[in-house]
Amino acid sequence: MSMLSLIVFLPLVAAAVMVAVPSIGSAAARWAWVAVSAVELVLVGVLWAGYEDPGPNELAFEEQVPWIPGVNSSYHVGVDGLSLPLLAMTAFVFLACAIYALGDSERPRAQTALFLFLQGVSLGVFVAADLILFFVFFDLSIVGMYFVIAGWGHGNAAGSALKFFLYTFLGSLALLLGFIGLYVFSDPHTFDIPELVAATPLQDSPLTGGLVLAAILVGLAVKTPTVPFHTWLPPAHTDAPATGSAVLAGVLLKMGTYGFVRIAIPILPEAWRGWAWVIVVIGIVSVLYGALVALAQTNLKRMIAYTSVNHMGYIILALGAVGLAVDDSAQARSVAITGAVVQMVSHGLITAALFLLAGVMHARSGTYEMGSYGGLAAPAPRYAALFAVAAFASLGLPGLSGFIAEFQIFAGSIAVAPVTAIALLGILITAALFLRALQQVFTGHTQGQSTGFADLRGRELWSVGPLLSLSLLIGVLPQVLLVVIEPASASVVDLIGR
Amino acid sequence: MQMQPTLLLPEIIVFVGGLIVLLGGSFLPRHRQSIARAVAALALLGAAVAAALAMAGPAQAAFSGTFAVDTATGAARVIAVLTTLLVLGVAGGEIAGSPRESDTYALLLFATTGVMVLAGATDLLVLIVGFLLASIPLYGIVGLASGRSGAEAAMKTYFMGALSGIVLMLGVTVLYALAGGTDYARLTHELPAAPTAAVGAGVLCVLVGLLFKAGGVPAHFWVPDAAQGAGVTAATFLTTVPKIGALVAVYRLVATVATGNDSWLVVAAALATVSMFLGNLAAYWQRDPRRLLGWSTVAQVGFLLVPVSAAGRSDLALPSLLFYLAAYALTNVAAFAVTATLPKHRELTAYRGLARSRPGLALTLLIALLGLVGTPPLGVFVGKLTTATAAWDGGHGWLALVVMLNSLLSLFYYLRWIGPVFARPAEESPGFPRSGGAAAWPLATASAAAAASLGLGILAGLLWATLEGPLLL
Repeated sequence: MSMLSLIVFLPLVAAAVMVAVPSIGSAAARWAWVAVSAVELVLVGVLWAGYEDPGPNELAFEEQVPWIPGVNSSYHVGVDGLSLPLLAMTAFVFLACAIYALGDSERPRAQTALFLFLQGVSLGVFVAADLILFFVFFDLSIVGMYFVIAGWGHGNAAGSALKFFLYTFLGSLALLLGFIGLYVFSDPHTFDIPELVAATPLQDSPLTGGLVLAAILVGLAVKTPTVPFHTWLPPAHTDAPATGSAVLAGVLLKMGTYGFVRIAIPILPEAWRGWAWVIVVIGIVSVLYGALVALAQTNLKRMIAYTSVNHMGYIILALGAVGLAVDDSAQARSVAITGAVVQMVSHGLITAALFLLAGVMHARSGTYEMGSYGGLAAPAPRYAALFAVAAFASLGLPGLSGFIAEFQIFAGSIAVAPVTAIALLGILITAALFLRALQQVFTGHTQGQSTGFADLRGRELWSVGPLLSLSLLIGVLPQVLLVVIEPASASVVDLIGR
Repeated sequence: MQMQPTLLLPEIIVFVGGLIVLLGGSFLPRHRQSIARAVAALALLGAAVAAALAMAGPAQAAFSGTFAVDTATGAARVIAVLTTLLVLGVAGGEIAGSPRESDTYALLLFATTGVMVLAGATDLLVLIVGFLLASIPLYGIVGLASGRSGAEAAMKTYFMGALSGIVLMLGVTVLYALAGGTDYARLTHELPAAPTAAVGAGVLCVLVGLLFKAGGVPAHFWVPDAAQGAGVTAATFLTTVPKIGALVAVYRLVATVATGNDSWLVVAAALATVSMFLGNLAAYWQRDPRRLLGWSTVAQVGFLLVPVSAAGRSDLALPSLLFYLAAYALTNVAAFAVTATLPKHRELTAYRGLARSRPGLALTLLIALLGLVGTPPLGVFVGKLTTATAAWDGGHGWLALVVMLNSLLSLFYYLRWIGPVFARPAEESPGFPRSGGAAAWPLATASAAAAASLGLGILAGLLWATLEGPLLL
């Protein structure tokens, strides 16, 4: 068994053990979760240490076992510069959630099993090199998240979970339809991603190619989510538990954006170029709409949820811009893709931290309404400090990872298409809304729910702190991350130019 | 041409097993009836082995080309007898010690024989024999349930069955007149030259008859009533096993007539579409879990008809149909077996809180229902994937879209069931019986079937290799 299979299946096996052995106690379940997540992070670290760039359309740590030979689908896994950073980010976010959940009391054994299952399938999505394998993990992540929201959520959890499941299932079925289309029009028929990338099916049939791409785009756009497919996101986040929101925003949303760079762009480059303007517009609209709606929120968690729509918009914008021109701007377009991948990592870390902090707020006082707080910095200075760091990271302050990502996205995109500068307004609005939230909640006289608000405790500090430290590390030493991503971005640029 | 009766060994074993159970059961005391169940199980296992061995051999025709022993027949036989074996497990909870125990087993075995004959028939007259042999015991099984809804179910099934049988025979008569013979080889040859309208009427009549067996539109009205009103053993059997024979028969017939006229593939696609939509939409607001499953099986027939629309056009068509049949049979039995462990819970809302008090059973139900939706990596997912791919490969891209759309539609009503199962228990709920006792058999069956449906998906490649083989017409 290769390293990657171990990374994917260790949490799944641990989850199965959790389900199968009812005698596991609460504390044992909690710490087992932390232990498995920690081992996962170590394994990913070992993987990173041994990683060398495999070259264009090649994968490192590859493993392939036939699964359904009748349709040329196999258990094919591997990593490259696009997936390895996401793998690391996923392992990190799940470990943070495990530590955070040490203080939760509701059905720990089931919760541990569910999150370990989610971790396994999330990692599986990022290592899959076969469309059907990708779909299997993609779909299972939806099922897992449904139970997280329905089982551990608050408010109208059942309704939000149902909406989440139906909506994202619609997306995954559109995706599957697109995958079947790729299979039917490839010669020889296959579901293998590297083979499809090499074959570029539908290169000469713009209409069918456009339809297949449309199915894949809809599927991924629902998951990402972009405007107008984002309406499932706010209720799901509002009613999900803190750890569920962190995983949903931090990891699951990346499956959509990752699908664009892994599948849509390399396999259907011509169709992508043909649709690039539409994608850029969707990106710009998502950026502006997400930011404006976030500005209008009074509920802190809903506000963070809408900033996710805004942040995912930058990624879509960058990926669309890459398809706009195929000429001498290869350098700029490569920068845009690198920025998009850094944004996926950065957003994962920062949003997970923000949602965990929002969870602390709900655990203390039962409400996310920003208006019911005030002067929170006085009773809870650590909380205020971490929240401020997370907010500044999210709005793109230099020195933190969000800046590295957004700077590269705009540097690359504006060089290709100056009109994309409109989306800079999004950064301005996000800055405004975060500053306003900080002011409303943390400054002034201590009042309302802020009175008696207990500051962050050990496990809360140890879950949020590392996430933000890593964001800071990427902000200060981006080279650690960029050296892995850049070769992969350059090869995506080559692929789209075919 | 030789008779070669050994080629029909699985059918013979099951039929003789049925006779032994019927006669022997009359002499067994009430409390020793489990011997009859053991004999029935033994006969089914023997037939499964014989059918598997026959599959390993070359494809051949028996009885002067009226019965094909090929991959399709072999797969249908194995799936049918093993599913009936699982149905015996479900029956262990419901009818053990009842006055009609051994009779039920005998009827199940006879009906299974008919299903196998239906699957292998390559002659319209043999098809009629299979139809009748599969149908008549079924009326008895459905009628064994007492009570008003049981009687209604039996009447509906009987009338629909009698009508469909007549329509089927009418169709056969017409085709006989047009082709001057009833074997499929001759039909392939003669029908293209015959008047299109007459051929159309004949084939449609035969299809309607077979769709009664399958429980698909337009002969589906009996399915939800029978699933709700009949006993759980009967409901499990009649929503699962007859479909296996009927759909293989539909495939053979459509493949035969489509060689001369492609539009039959479109007819199959249309029938698939109507079954999917009607079954799924009708299941929406059902409150009885078994009636909900009944409508869901109507929709599943639609999904199963999808590969038929690619018969002869895509290499995936036949293997995907057979794979889907196997996966569907396991998954559907698992779902019905769960309802058999909770015979008093006849409302979806009564399942509220099941996950807290019976986590294992809730997990089994979850696997079964998500399996029916087509969640990977369960068996039905591979079935849906390959059937949709076959349809698109065969030129019906829109049908793949319809499959996806209907999967989404179906998710909603399955979630209406899953939701309460995993919700917090209500304050005044009566609770759930502890495991063990009479419910031990269906519980074990449900777990085994659910586990097998998962295994089928994960090990899909192994099974797929055995399903790729030529179709004898």
